[in-house]
Amino acid sequence: MYVYADNAATTAVSKTALDAMMPCLTECYGNPSSLYAIGQRAAEKLAEARSVFAQYLHAQTGEITFTSGGSEADNQAILSAGMIGAKEGKKHIISTKFEHHAVLHTLRRMERLGFEVTLLDIPENGVVTAEQVRRAIRPDTCLVSVMFANNEIGTVQPIAEIGAVCAQAGVLFHTDAVQAAGHLPIDVQAMHIDLLSLSAHKFHGPKGVGVLYARKGIALTNVIEGGAQERGKRAGTENMPGICGAAAAFREACLHMDENAAHLIPLRDKLLTELSKIPHSIINGDRVKRLPGNVNLCFEGVEGESMLLLLDEKGISASSGSACTSGSLDPSHVLLALGRPHEVAHGSLRLTLCETNTAEEADYILSVLPGIVDYLRDMSPVWDELEHGQRKHQI
Amino acid sequence: MALYSEKVMDHFQHPRNVGKMDDADGIGEVGNARCGDIMRMYIKVDRDTQTISDVKFNTFGCGSAIATSSIATEMIKGKPVREALKLSNRAVVEALDGLPAYKLHCSVLAEEAVKAAVRDYYDKNGIAYGDELKMDCEHCTACDEHQSAAKAR
Ligand SMILES: Cc1ncc(COP(=O)(O)O)c(C=O)c1O
Ligand SMILES: [Zn+2]
Repeated sequence: MYVYADNAATTAVSKTALDAMMPCLTECYGNPSSLYAIGQRAAEKLAEARSVFAQYLHAQTGEITFTSGGSEADNQAILSAGMIGAKEGKKHIISTKFEHHAVLHTLRRMERLGFEVTLLDIPENGVVTAEQVRRAIRPDTCLVSVMFANNEIGTVQPIAEIGAVCAQAGVLFHTDAVQAAGHLPIDVQAMHIDLLSLSAHKFHGPKGVGVLYARKGIALTNVIEGGAQERGKRAGTENMPGICGAAAAFREACLHMDENAAHLIPLRDKLLTELSKIPHSIINGDRVKRLPGNVNLCFEGVEGESMLLLLDEKGISASSGSACTSGSLDPSHVLLALGRPHEVAHGSLRLTLCETNTAEEADYILSVLPGIVDYLRDMSPVWDELEHGQRKHQI
Repeated sequence: MALYSEKVMDHFQHPRNVGKMDDADGIGEVGNARCGDIMRMYIKVDRDTQTISDVKFNTFGCGSAIATSSIATEMIKGKPVREALKLSNRAVVEALDGLPAYKLHCSVLAEEAVKAAVRDYYDKNGIAYGDELKMDCEHCTACDEHQSAAKAR
């Protein structure tokens, strides 16, 4: 059996998306900036795609900018809000410790540009509160950036509440919704979201396409200079196959959102319940306030990469936040922010499901994983000591 | 392209000489759980010939940590103790047909685990040894190498 359980890393392109992409590569290859018919047909497709995102985000078409992905959208959102703030002498930004690197590294850059950044601590359940945000806001705060849902532990943040706090304080609010878009309802008006990033390849669209939503009146700063595409805010001939595939995938994901969640939540909960029965394991993140397809646990005495290789051998594709999978000496900053000790964080496992995963696949994972954990614990010089009280169990 | 060579995967999937040794003559443990890799090497020494008659290991760590432990045990089993001391991380990496650059620290651990086991054997038997064996964590560069390799990526 082959089980793809790494949908937070990327998803398979759906038939719907592919069908929308193909004509852009064949008969409808025109440049949307050209005035002749084949160019204008492309321009129409571009406008249609833009209106799909506007519709399902509850935005206007003029508020949608296509980018090369979630990372670019995050970069541009933060840079733009910073430039707006700087003009008024406001150079303080609030974000959280468990953002994606696309946000955290951009914030580091803002610090080098003279901004001050406050990163909020992550509570034990992986859900920051609007009250934390409210307390951190200062007179010189120009931006709050809090992710909609975390990419590792899947926890969903109280975006509407945070949006309300920001609106009241008159501070711009950006949310990295890369993991949430197409999976959770998003209403930029009701949630008081000023800037939002999303990425097509997390909901069965193609890689290399993203969207930056920016509320009308928010002046964007270019990350890419050049031609007048995207109202002059993002240069470069539009990635037509990508954009059309993204829109088709987004519409499909939004239309089937409830039904997908109804399928995924029982699978997720069964995996969380059964896997947490493995001794000395712990669930990462709130069990309820989490993405429908996200399962994340730590197993003490197990190293993540070894676990992934053994799962791969059994035909299961998953991911981990261990140091050896991140290529640095430290395990995932998300798990550390959650308060997991290094030793425990190395043994994390993330399974992220999508609507095509089945109950049989979940059962197969459950039939394989406990044996792998036991095997690796048996091989470990530490486990023996933990079990005989020479070392203290941490979980 | 696969992350690891076939040789690495073979040793990871079928580790040789894995397990505890209750009557070991020398035990060496290196690394720490904080960094994500711990290797413990057990050796049995034939007193007459001063050769390593048996060797076992226990490892907590990634695929390359397990594979390097496994192949290191094969490389020193049956060898004179003095020769086992010459096992270098480079030789371990070569025997595995290479490792990704950011995984090289794991091969350093294997070399050091062997040295630590021999040192333990020497200490227990009052055998004098030179400075090359008097290493400790402070002088181990494995972590720095790992970090610079990670940065280089
Ligand atoms: C939360 C989050 N933000 C941003 C990104 C980056 O998106 P992209 O790969 O489209 O640049 C990802 C993707 O891994 C993500 O999960
Ligand atoms: Zn390692």
